[in-house]
Amino acid sequence: MTKLAHNAPGLLETLLLIRGYEETVIALSDAGDGPGTCTSVGQEASAAGVVAALAPHDRILTNHRSAGHLLARGADPGRMLAEVLGRSTGYCKGKSGHLHMTASELGVILTSTIVGGSLSLAPGVALSLTMTRDDDGIVACFFGDGAACEGLFHESLNLAVMWKLPLLYVCENNQWQAYVHRRETMPSDTVSTWAQGHGLPVASVDGNDVLAVQDAARTAVEHIRRHRTPYFLETLTYRTRGHVEPDDQAYVDAAELAVWTARDPLTMLSRRLLDAGALEQTGLETLRYRVSARLDAALTFARESPFPDPSELTTDVYAEEA
Amino acid sequence: MNQINVNDAVSQALLEEMRRDPRVLIFGEGVATKRTQLLTEFGPARVRNTPLAEGILAGTAVGAAATGLRPVVDLLFAPFLCLAMEEIVNSAGKLRYMSGGQANFPLVVLAMTGAGWGVGAQHNHNIEAWFVHSPGLKVVMPSSPADFKGLLKAAIRDDNPVIFFMDLALGFDTGEVGDDEHVVPLGRARTVRAGRDLTLVSYAKTVHTCARAAETLATEGIAAEVIDLRSLKPLDTSAILASVRKTGRLVVVHEAAAPCGVGAEIAALVAEQGFDALKAPILRLTGPDVPAPASWPLEQAFVPQADAIAAAARRLVATATI
Repeated sequence: MTKLAHNAPGLLETLLLIRGYEETVIALSDAGDGPGTCTSVGQEASAAGVVAALAPHDRILTNHRSAGHLLARGADPGRMLAEVLGRSTGYCKGKSGHLHMTASELGVILTSTIVGGSLSLAPGVALSLTMTRDDDGIVACFFGDGAACEGLFHESLNLAVMWKLPLLYVCENNQWQAYVHRRETMPSDTVSTWAQGHGLPVASVDGNDVLAVQDAARTAVEHIRRHRTPYFLETLTYRTRGHVEPDDQAYVDAAELAVWTARDPLTMLSRRLLDAGALEQTGLETLRYRVSARLDAALTFARESPFPDPSELTTDVYAEEA
Repeated sequence: MNQINVNDAVSQALLEEMRRDPRVLIFGEGVATKRTQLLTEFGPARVRNTPLAEGILAGTAVGAAATGLRPVVDLLFAPFLCLAMEEIVNSAGKLRYMSGGQANFPLVVLAMTGAGWGVGAQHNHNIEAWFVHSPGLKVVMPSSPADFKGLLKAAIRDDNPVIFFMDLALGFDTGEVGDDEHVVPLGRARTVRAGRDLTLVSYAKTVHTCARAAETLATEGIAAEVIDLRSLKPLDTSAILASVRKTGRLVVVHEAAAPCGVGAEIAALVAEQGFDALKAPILRLTGPDVPAPASWPLEQAFVPQADAIAAAARRLVATATI
């Protein structure tokens, strides 16, 4: 079993925040107050564990299940919810909506909801790091098993290997590709088998064990910093909600869902902490309360924020002329 | 001033801009193999050969542009851009807007196209209008060595993505070209020849065909004004409208097919904003809506010819004033 890291209580708070945020967005959607949305419920440990292993000068590219990556990086849930609700105070002034959120001030610099989009952009970002900066920064690119079925997956890995780019590929294998189970689209249970053919170091980890993810990500990041070459990390996890909310998940195998729900990343970590005496039940309640209060305030902020001025419709398309 | 051909004008522009700005780099299939002068002067980090993988090349340019570099990516032939549409259209063109202006995308895509070398439909397809229809992009298609150089320099200095189409048949055309500071601003048309009786609007190699038609017409007492658009986006609408207000007659000539093409856009512009000035219907002379043939006589029949332009002009001039 992975050692109980000193930051484990903090990781639990991050997991609670991500889950609470996603549940807030689902509730908005259910009530007809917000858009249908793609959540990362069930996959929180993958986001929290990997992002915890990154440094402030590292850069992140993400996808349509980005809430975990953003929140783990310190994003303000109020500005995120404002973006979901199309308000001008959102990270992207309401022009992204919930699917394509970018927060460059946090190093979450490019987000594409085109499956495989982040894979296409990441080598260029890593190339930029090597050519414009002297530090040991790396790029983390998050994508899923669905994106691995795009041709760009192979193009991206191949270029990163050949150009020796400091790039961490994080494949969050959540077993679902929109409405199709991974077993219908790939011969292997893991994407790692494909990655191995590209000749970069490959690791696979229980994506629901945040401490194991953090350890594996630290090893990966250290390797990239030292060698300035790419690394492939697969986090094996499960999307316990549907593709887009609302979703009755009638197409989901109930037994499989039950197995993964029993391995819920929040329950796993809180049990670890309680069993180890690193956290009391009251401490857990305090964490829950703190997260809940933060999200309440965030939602209030978002709801009270103004919509963009109609003049915003045509701004930000082109850079200003020099 | 020096007398050089289009290929050398492109090389000069690249050389001068790479000297001027260390953030400029160029990559693509065979770039380092063929552009040996650039490789020798700037080294393998800034002059890169790549795999044949247009998607990742375009995506890499977008990622690099977003994070401090100014890439020029050579995708060789315009039809190959079909393999890079996702990255050019969804990422380069949209991510600035979608992020609320968090990043700029200063990149240039080079692509050859056009009849003249018998390369056939998968190497010759004038798809420039596709990109005019995509927000966030700029589109350039020059006709002379001076403009190839000046527009490419402007494109590299522009903070937005520019698709730079190079008409294959013009590669060895020679002309006077300015020195280092010869920069032609994007979005400004050039009046190739002044005239009072009708306006011929074109771009790329058919500009020269229009000029030949205008010479013939001049001998018959018809003064045709020839306008070279140079940039298709932004489009110099005021130059077009000013000319039509003067002449009252308009023929738009291009090699690309007519449906939803640049000619359709210009015809609509003039119908909406210059209808009162028109003395005759607007005409389009374009390539047919068929894949480009390889056989020389078929390929020549594909391209609008000077005789046809002159004949159309005579018909318009003979048309009674509306």
